[in-house]
Amino acid sequence: MGERVRNVDSPGGLAERLDATGYLVDTGLATAVFLALRMGRPLFLEGEAGVGKTALAHALATLLDVPLIRLQCYEGIEASQALYDWDFPRQLLHLRAAEASGRYDAEQLESELYDRRFLLARPLLQAIETGDAVLLVDEVDRADDEFEAFLLEVLSEFTISIPEIGTVRADTPPVVVVTSNRTREVHDALKRRCIYHWLDHPEHDREVAIIRCRLPEASERLAAGIASAVRRLRGQDLLKPPGVAESLDWARALLELGVHEFDPDAAAASLGAVLKYHEDAERVRANGFGGG
Amino acid sequence: MRTADPVATVVGFARTLRFAGVEVTTDRIQCMVAALDQLGVARAEDVYWAGRLTLCSGPDDIRRFDQAFAAYFHGERPALPRIPIKAAAAMTLDPARQDSAADADDARSAVAVSASDREVLRHRDVALLTRAERDEVRRLIALLDPVGPSRRSRRFAAAHRGPIDAHRTVRHLLRGGGEPARLLRHARRRRPRRLVLLIDVSGSMEPYADALLRFAHAAAHRRGGTEVFTIGTRLTRISRELRRRDADPALAAVARAVPDWSGGTRLGELLRAFLDRWGQRGVARGAVVVLASDGWERGDPRVLADQMARLHRLAHRVVWVNPHRGRPGFAPLTAGMAAALPHVDEFVSGHSLAAYEELAVVLAGRERPKRV
Repeated sequence: MGERVRNVDSPGGLAERLDATGYLVDTGLATAVFLALRMGRPLFLEGEAGVGKTALAHALATLLDVPLIRLQCYEGIEASQALYDWDFPRQLLHLRAAEASGRYDAEQLESELYDRRFLLARPLLQAIETGDAVLLVDEVDRADDEFEAFLLEVLSEFTISIPEIGTVRADTPPVVVVTSNRTREVHDALKRRCIYHWLDHPEHDREVAIIRCRLPEASERLAAGIASAVRRLRGQDLLKPPGVAESLDWARALLELGVHEFDPDAAAASLGAVLKYHEDAERVRANGFGGG
Repeated sequence: MRTADPVATVVGFARTLRFAGVEVTTDRIQCMVAALDQLGVARAEDVYWAGRLTLCSGPDDIRRFDQAFAAYFHGERPALPRIPIKAAAAMTLDPARQDSAADADDARSAVAVSASDREVLRHRDVALLTRAERDEVRRLIALLDPVGPSRRSRRFAAAHRGPIDAHRTVRHLLRGGGEPARLLRHARRRRPRRLVLLIDVSGSMEPYADALLRFAHAAAHRRGGTEVFTIGTRLTRISRELRRRDADPALAAVARAVPDWSGGTRLGELLRAFLDRWGQRGVARGAVVVLASDGWERGDPRVLADQMARLHRLAHRVVWVNPHRGRPGFAPLTAGMAAALPHVDEFVSGHSLAAYEELAVVLAGRERPKRV
């Protein structure tokens, strides 16, 4: 993959190649990805839900033509779920089988028992062993502080030491994308090691382009109508302003309804695709899409 | 770039940025230099992104970065933030600058407070204390231990009863060569709920701000993950400043960070800002939220009512602390207070040490079913 990374010569070139995978980027994001690749640092993406943080990792994996390894964080996630675990049932079976066949060479049995084949690689170990991969650490803000500290250790060295086997080191470190919805402040120590980018909602033209790129059957006028309606919704001080993911859902919903040009009635009928709070829907129904 | 040496330029810019309030560390500067090495310094856009991507660590930083960047590279003067000229004089946060007027008529200030005085002191209004009394109250507030209700965590810990811990049991089995042995068990751990304090620092709350912030400091140190905000004309997050170990430097840092001491209050709007930016994302979810304010609302009380209802739906418990409640003849007549009360689980006073003790007990209180 080192080869592939070196092939990317400028943020502009990278943007073109990302566009080709169906993920449209602006200068800031292209520069962020470029620097992360060239400097070998994790890319830390923060932003509202549905602005395309996770999708970027998928696009990167497609662009580099490597597997995507995903670690979904949640509260209480432990090292044994992120790093590695021993396959205890198989170890026990092996022990019983050895006993039944009458082998009692304790030393040999022990070394067999902690063989690599009884080790279950979880996402972080997988990524380090594979090397040629995109590692997506998704929604790191959902994990707790203890896990963050542990993640920091793995991401700064790209080595994992397993007492029974030894140290596993990545030949080529994987490309790492860390995302956060900012439900809490992630510790500075982790951010400092990363290229930090705040992802905003895209501008109108870019959003139209994204909708048309993802849903080729949507007409220019429909896409433009949705993009400007969503833009107005974002300005209306809602509990949950819609993201790009919601615009795409809305476009899909309208296409399912057989609507090919944005019209307010169909839009009102399919409002559930964009607004997920009762209060928000009420408010928009009262004000109409023209407001704000 | 103005000078031939990009490193000197970057270091100069970093200093400007630090002055603008972004924490720029040496390793971040190195990172920016490395980024420039990749991008080149020919185009202003590349320099901008190289800096923003490596020196910022949050949306708040980005605003400051943009201003500092414009000032340093384009020679634009950013609009100066309102400087809180009154702050140092109005607040008693910094012990070195006590109001000398209070000392003059306070001849006993050097005399230590005796034990029986302490009992009297517990019920005195903190707004009316002499300097020595205030020091004593501060010391006692620091000892309060508001460790609140807990919730079941997603993590397990070894226990005597509970579901079988397959991991430990099998590891135990392997140690015994695979012989069936005792079943080991585990149970969910309990974690304290997050505590969130919103402290009104407007003019009418000024006499109580010091004591309340000290209470917040004590709470933040007893309970990890506590978030503290001040509200006035703006919302300011001060959790980071309060992380300092000693109360005095922590409060001095808060005094520097908060731009709107002793102004007015727009409670409803700021509560909305809090919920939009922090609360709904997770900070207020399942948390114990304490709002310390007298409910003097300059804005529309209906906004406050709506936002309080929203907060109440998100939080585990909402506690309102009103220092004026301790005064004889108090009735919650301010429009803001009346609008907020239906959405409050506990309504306590916050005017004296005894009241803060009571607040600590309320926060530590038994879990009780949430009102619907």
